[in-house]
Amino acid sequence: MSIDVLMPALSPTMEEGTLAKWYVKEGDKITSGDVIAEIETDKATMEVEAVDEGVMGKILIPAGSEGIKVNVPIAVILEENEEGKAAPTLSNAPPANEKEPTLQDAPEDVPESLLPGGRRAAVTVDAQAPQTLSDPDLPAGTAMQTLTVREALRDAMAEEMRRDDTVFLMGEEVAQYQGAYKVSQGLLEEFTDKRVIDTPITEHGFSGLGVGAAFGGLRPIVEFMTFNFAMQAMDQIINSAAKTRYMSGGQMSCPIVFRGPNGAASRVAAQHSQDYAPWYSHVPGLKVIAPYSAADAKGLLKSAIRDPNPIVFLENEILYGQKFEVPVMDDFLLPIGKAKVVRAGTDATIVAYSRSVEYALTAAETLAGEGVDVEVIDLRTLRPLDSATIIASIQKTGRLVTVEEGWLQCGIGAEIATRVMEQAFDYLDAPVARVAQQDVPLPYAANLEALSLPGAGDVVAAVKSVCYIE
Amino acid sequence: MAASKANGNTQPVKKKSPSKKAAAVKAKKSTVSKADLLKFYSDMLLIRRFEEKAGQLYGMGLIGGFCHLYIGQEAVVVGMQAAIEEGDQVLTSYRDHGHMLACGMDPKGVMAELMGRRDGYSRGKGGSMHMFSAEKNFYGGHGIVGAQVPIGTGLAFSNKFKNNGRVTLTYFGDGASNQGQVYESFNMAELWSLPVVYVIENNQYAMGTSVKRASSETHLYRRGSGFRIPGEEVDGMDVVAVREAGRRAAKWCRDGKGPTILEMKTYRYRGHSMSDPAKYRTREEVQDVREHYDPIDACKRRITQAGYANDDALKKLDKEIKAIVAEAVEFSKNSPEPDPEELYTDVLAAVS
Repeated sequence: MSIDVLMPALSPTMEEGTLAKWYVKEGDKITSGDVIAEIETDKATMEVEAVDEGVMGKILIPAGSEGIKVNVPIAVILEENEEGKAAPTLSNAPPANEKEPTLQDAPEDVPESLLPGGRRAAVTVDAQAPQTLSDPDLPAGTAMQTLTVREALRDAMAEEMRRDDTVFLMGEEVAQYQGAYKVSQGLLEEFTDKRVIDTPITEHGFSGLGVGAAFGGLRPIVEFMTFNFAMQAMDQIINSAAKTRYMSGGQMSCPIVFRGPNGAASRVAAQHSQDYAPWYSHVPGLKVIAPYSAADAKGLLKSAIRDPNPIVFLENEILYGQKFEVPVMDDFLLPIGKAKVVRAGTDATIVAYSRSVEYALTAAETLAGEGVDVEVIDLRTLRPLDSATIIASIQKTGRLVTVEEGWLQCGIGAEIATRVMEQAFDYLDAPVARVAQQDVPLPYAANLEALSLPGAGDVVAAVKSVCYIE
Repeated sequence: MAASKANGNTQPVKKKSPSKKAAAVKAKKSTVSKADLLKFYSDMLLIRRFEEKAGQLYGMGLIGGFCHLYIGQEAVVVGMQAAIEEGDQVLTSYRDHGHMLACGMDPKGVMAELMGRRDGYSRGKGGSMHMFSAEKNFYGGHGIVGAQVPIGTGLAFSNKFKNNGRVTLTYFGDGASNQGQVYESFNMAELWSLPVVYVIENNQYAMGTSVKRASSETHLYRRGSGFRIPGEEVDGMDVVAVREAGRRAAKWCRDGKGPTILEMKTYRYRGHSMSDPAKYRTREEVQDVREHYDPIDACKRRITQAGYANDDALKKLDKEIKAIVAEAVEFSKNSPEPDPEELYTDVLAAVS
């Protein structure tokens, strides 16, 4: 019996990686636990250990191969008693390059549970395909570069740290580890441990310390490994950061950015999967940003770091690895508080933010195929909320669907529906429909998780309902 | 009273050093000049008279909400303020009127804020518990128990980052000393050698709960030992002892040795807030402290015994202070309520 060694995932959201090195060659005896290879992603490097005993029968993917999809067989281990008859030896093995698997050879049928978010097939967008969404505010002829959201965030921080030496980054694993999600990669090297600071696991404490540093004239960027852990720091974010300017009659200033991944990642269950956008959006004194594209992530994070107010900057783990076109400019700043029409349409409006924009765009494509022309608005900023852009769209389409990963009750959709009812009631041709997570803590099992989270299919259904299409 | 003895302030408090490190902080005993003593007396008396007036105005309905008086604890802030330098920062909890006056904030502006008036330090939007003065380096006035501790640690972080030689006094009470964020702060402060003096004002009661009913380790100066932060117990009813301890602590920070803790054994005469009938302690316990350990009386005795001033001179000083407080009250009564438009200002800073 031969055993396939599969390309492992380093994290629930990893889709592909580089096979950096083989530590064994064909014909070598292997014991369970032996390090046989090293793989890399843009986030991390990890050694692959054998989980079976036997003989390395065949190395299917040579060292140095990039873009190897998770779960693709990378080698075959033979049981020891097969050695004599079946195991190919170095001498009779075909040359490595003869059958070298390429990206094209990689099976397309990656199990759904390994797709980011365990999401439904209909929602799946090829993470590698650059998505071009031109910002209408950009001057014509602006050069573009393809960046992941992760790189865009890193570049934004690096540029602002070069520009202003009071800006510093602190959080768990941001320095030596290069970021739990590798967002701060390379920053320690450039800015030293004075400005890129590993903290103990102590969210309440370091958030309050960041607030104090901001009162003291610095511009902290506080990274939460995920926003789930920021609940420990909620008091400092709300009571200290958001309210002190007001309580001091304008004397105290708190220029701080709290940032990190928010919302569901993949298969990490209830305590690690929650959209906190409505929580922070509730609070005057904060600005809340939740970008989708890499360009928005960069332009808005740069603006957030310069802003004199406390900012909650909600990122998304699944989006970190997605590539987008980002303008090549010396100083690419985007306005906080401005939504963006990412797709123009006439029949209905979909309002979304963060990863939900992906569902909205996928749904829009599907609907276009059925003759329904929808407009998609990416909110980008949740507080202050750009009602004007939404209202203008409703005045055109008369129908509204909101999409969010969080729960319905008191959610972003609830707020938008209320504003539209208050300000554009007469323009509505149908009740507003809201798409959100099911009203349960997020379950672990792949099928239940997929049932709980919203997806493009739900958005399509909601648009059809507001358009009264059967 | 046995009860107050058990609480540790009916006897002169002996200084204890939990470690060699703490012992090293101690400097030579300095003498107290006439000018120093008279200033201590005057500063403490201003706080006492101000607080007595605040209590009165609260009863008259001119001050609303919560109002936590500092009466009895005056030696702590006055002594500590005398130990630090211009530009050093101070922040504390909601029992903050004394700290503001000690920092040199104008009694008129403080009183106007207590009364919710336009000329208050926060333009009427903060009240008793939330007041600040950027000019006097007073960073609040924080209403959530313990929340000022990481913030003060962060101010110290900014001082170290800027290498400006400034020290941050972070005050908190015996109640706050059981908050988790205090220990998260201790850990980072020592880890990064931040110049912060943690001043624990142990007034024996966290609201109505005595220290021994709430704390497994009642010697709060030892609370930093798990983080290698030296601590010292100080007689917080003796303004001179406070100043000396404060000087050692500030020097420790300024020498780059990191944080330090001072536990001030003190006592609050009034209830936790105005609505507290103080049934958790006897009238005799309070009376005993007032009669035998009052920090202002002790300072006065020192002055008269040394012949620095006679009773007449001190009475004159008392009169002057009463006049300052009366003026603050008059000023505040005449200060209008905030303009309705003020409701919407200072939520966010304008982006330049």
